[in-house]
Amino acid sequence: MNARLLLLRAGARSLLQDTGFRGGRGIGVPAAGALDGDALYLLNRLLGNASDAAAIEVALVAPKLRAEDGPARLALGPGLSGQVSGDNPRKVSAWTAFTLHPGETVALTLDAGCPVALIGIGGEIDLPMSLRSRSTLPRAGLGPLGRRLEDGDVLPLQGSARDPGDLTFAAPPRAETGPLRAVPGPQIEWFTDAAHETFFGGEYGVSVETDRMGMRLEGPRLTHSERGADIVSDGIAPGAIQVPGSGQPIVLLADAQTTGGYPKIATVIGADLSRLAQLAPGDRLRFSAVSVEEAETAARARRAALDRIAEAVIPANAGRIDLRALWQVNLVGGAVDALRPDHFPHHSEPEDRP
Amino acid sequence: MELIAARPLADRAVTFELATRVGPEAAARVGAAQARLAAMLESGELPGALELSRAFCSITLHYDPLQGRQADLVARVRLALEGTPPEAREGGRLWRLPCCYEGEDLDDLAARLELTREEIVTRHAANEHHVYAIGFLPGLPFMGELPEGFSVPRRTSPRTRVPQGSVAIANGLTVIYPFESPGGWHIVGRCPVPLFEAERAAPALLEAGDRVRFDPVSMKEFGRIEAALAQGTIDPASFAETAQ
Repeated sequence: MNARLLLLRAGARSLLQDTGFRGGRGIGVPAAGALDGDALYLLNRLLGNASDAAAIEVALVAPKLRAEDGPARLALGPGLSGQVSGDNPRKVSAWTAFTLHPGETVALTLDAGCPVALIGIGGEIDLPMSLRSRSTLPRAGLGPLGRRLEDGDVLPLQGSARDPGDLTFAAPPRAETGPLRAVPGPQIEWFTDAAHETFFGGEYGVSVETDRMGMRLEGPRLTHSERGADIVSDGIAPGAIQVPGSGQPIVLLADAQTTGGYPKIATVIGADLSRLAQLAPGDRLRFSAVSVEEAETAARARRAALDRIAEAVIPANAGRIDLRALWQVNLVGGAVDALRPDHFPHHSEPEDRP
Repeated sequence: MELIAARPLADRAVTFELATRVGPEAAARVGAAQARLAAMLESGELPGALELSRAFCSITLHYDPLQGRQADLVARVRLALEGTPPEAREGGRLWRLPCCYEGEDLDDLAARLELTREEIVTRHAANEHHVYAIGFLPGLPFMGELPEGFSVPRRTSPRTRVPQGSVAIANGLTVIYPFESPGGWHIVGRCPVPLFEAERAAPALLEAGDRVRFDPVSMKEFGRIEAALAQGTIDPASFAETAQ
């Protein structure tokens, strides 16, 4: 029987998200998808998934999950930690993939100041796709459930039976600092030269008015040129920074509408989009200008860096005694060094586990 | 046709500006370019390109910077558009959508436009509306042109809730709200046909390039059609005239 993941507590705003909808922009459907695309990529690599497999994106309050009918393989993104309860209580931390055995429950906690985080899910969520995606856009009823996750929801899983033990990255990514890189435009001419200097020289604060559609910034006012603050609505991509008449910029994010009528002074480069997901109200940020070519080079460099991280996977909790593994391996008769849990990282799960 | 500008959205997308003023001429240019670029995307002539989205005067091409380069895509598009005549083939489906013209802003509009309610309804319903773009909300059509003398700016104070199916006008255009949403346009009527259904293979009913005529229906007839659509005894696709 395939495993199911039960949401005993769904959390405040938990959504299934993957790399986003494909082919929807032309009919007004935004990209959607996980805000932290880098974390999604790494968690899927850690789980041995396809890199576009869906995860649960959580905000404010993290869920409490239980595996039923079979083991569920999960991985926690940055900002999350958890306590597993059952016959082998243990703690799990960020950047760790672990197996939640049937009947076990994990209560997750989101770090204070962490706006969103991802729970990677091993294998595949056995629910239908729309627009080649299992992302969720509640305002259009799009997604496997067409809404945010609710208490009592059950996610049927496929293909996550193998248990290679707790795994983590030898060198997990570190939070980056420094200015966010952005390419000027698409509407350079709608701003004064002074506005460009202000934008790329000034410091902005993240406002509380921030959601999956956009992040309002507060800081030095940006002046429009004689062309004014209206354009004929044109296309938007996540990262585009529009400036309405107020002169205060708004960074558009995954769920932003597909077209917009405000001039866009610059666009955050793809390699730095995931950093936006880690910003919380009150955080300060700066922008630096780069060219399209530099942005493309940065995209390739970022992917290479993620791949280097993904290729160095080690057992997690080294030094901690794995009661379950001890119980299994010692009873079978193998003499092991109980202080070296990596002696048995690949033990298999008995079929008849209670 | 001439490419007025290629405007980068960093390393994720590039917007091709093809016209400067919203209207039928811009729609024809954008339609012709869309057809050409969609064919190139389909046949793999745009390396790294993922999808296209169409606006009033421009097309945005989304791409994967790991699979292609913007400079290369822009060069290919510029060359292709040079050989593309700026008028669209008369394509797209013709839709006859029922509309109950009992909108809450009809009286206000009648006063502003110095027309009677009946004149507004008759002239709006006699007009063929061209879908210029789908945007703002999933499946929401922006349609033009409105008949002479129908030009009004948006309401000064937007409504926080415009009901699903509202047919509304502003800035020389007509829209239909696919979902309940905040909105600042003047509501003239309501259309019972769902414009966006997530569970359909093609979730949006209308496409840019389609044409729409509104058939006035009574409140009672509106209710009957709405119920039949909800029960599945009418297929929304049946409101399109069969191929010419």
